[in-house]
Amino acid sequence: MRPTQAAGTTTGEAFQDGNVLAGPFREFFTTDLTTATGTCAACGRAGPLAELRVYTHAPGMVARCPECDAVVMRMVRGPEAAWLDMRGTTALRIPLPGE
Amino acid sequence: MARAAVSGRLTGRLRWQTATVEDVRDETGTARTLVLRAPDWRGHAAGQHVDVRLTAEDGYSTQRSYSLASAPGGDRIELTVQRIGDGEVSPYLVDVLEAGDQLELRGPVGGWFVWDPADPSPVLLMAGGSGVVPLMSMIRTRRNVGSRVLFRLLYSVRTPEERYYARELGPGGAQGGLDITHLYTRSAPEGPRRPPGRLTEDDVAAYGWPAEFAPMCFVCGPTGFVERAAEILVAQGHDPQRIRTERFGPVGG
Ligand SMILES: Cc1cc2nc3c(=O)[nH]c(=O)nc-3n(C[C@H](O)[C@H](O)[C@H](O)COP(=O)(O)OP(=O)(O)OC[C@H]3O[C@@H](n4cnc5c(N)ncnc54)[C@H](O)[C@@H]3O)c2cc1C
Ligand SMILES: [Zn+2]
Repeated sequence: MRPTQAAGTTTGEAFQDGNVLAGPFREFFTTDLTTATGTCAACGRAGPLAELRVYTHAPGMVARCPECDAVVMRMVRGPEAAWLDMRGTTALRIPLPGE
Repeated sequence: MARAAVSGRLTGRLRWQTATVEDVRDETGTARTLVLRAPDWRGHAAGQHVDVRLTAEDGYSTQRSYSLASAPGGDRIELTVQRIGDGEVSPYLVDVLEAGDQLELRGPVGGWFVWDPADPSPVLLMAGGSGVVPLMSMIRTRRNVGSRVLFRLLYSVRTPEERYYARELGPGGAQGGLDITHLYTRSAPEGPRRPPGRLTEDDVAAYGWPAEFAPMCFVCGPTGFVERAAEILVAQGHDPQRIRTERFGPVGG
């Protein structure tokens, strides 16, 4: 049925872009965080969160650095709260639209 | 519209809303366009997506992202979904949902994979399979706003039967300044100039823009396709900052 799938079953292809975080983030942030620049605690790469590699089939969502593969962010949504674990991120620069 | 915009701003965070399926349209044997009416829709930018949430009777719920295929305007939006054989959500959206049914969605979301009609740079769109969906929104938006920005679409698809939006992207749907190239990976129509096969550097060199033109590049599709396409663009000298990607995941195409 899906011959490309055979090549695609390596874990290397199981991720999506940080774009997929846009909706979940908007559940608790009022601005789009995927255009914010995040700095990786492991390698220092700075880039938009939209470029992270996101694994949604893990428990919760796990975002890894596209440069060094370190986990930079993890998000778990429970029935009453969301957990955002950001120990892999040293800084977030959030663009603010002018008034 | 004005009232909705104000209430949206006051609310701040984005809430789930209920949309009604107005119409369904087959694109291919495995993909379908859903025309939805979303009364609280506040418009969107070309390239954005929504999250769709399905909830079972026992309370179990799951969500997936789907790109907006339509150009902004009014409270009608369109999604095009590819059925993944063993998928949890897509078979329901493609095979089960019918006109009159309701669907929960949250959006529009995503500010990165977005084409800005005010940007005069030429645009290169590269799609693998269902990855053409958000790029179609860009093409439709370009047409609706009367933009003369130069667009090139490279659309990689297995067979001619698997093309989405075949009429709009076919010879009859030509728009000035929009070049369309279909690249077939498995079987091409009679008398092909290019034998069927996966995307190559030559394809991108022949049908894309030279890097010196500094185009904005939007690449979308299954993760493997996006990896390959982005690699080729970088190898050909395109500025990585001008390559925007949307990986749909391991499947599709
Ligand atoms: C921003 C964004 C926009 C999107 N837009 C569209 C769109 O416009 N149209 C569209 O059709 N799709 C789109 N997608 C993809 C869509 O969100 C779903 O992923 C897709 O519909 C499959 O969902 P599913 O529930 O049917 O399949 P799932 O149940 O999620 O599984 C899909 C398949 O992938 C396999 N799989 C799942 N996880 C892994 C893994 N970790 N490793 C290897 N294999 C795995 C499963 O075995 C199964 O075969 C988009 C995705 C993103 C992130
Ligand atoms: Zn890193």
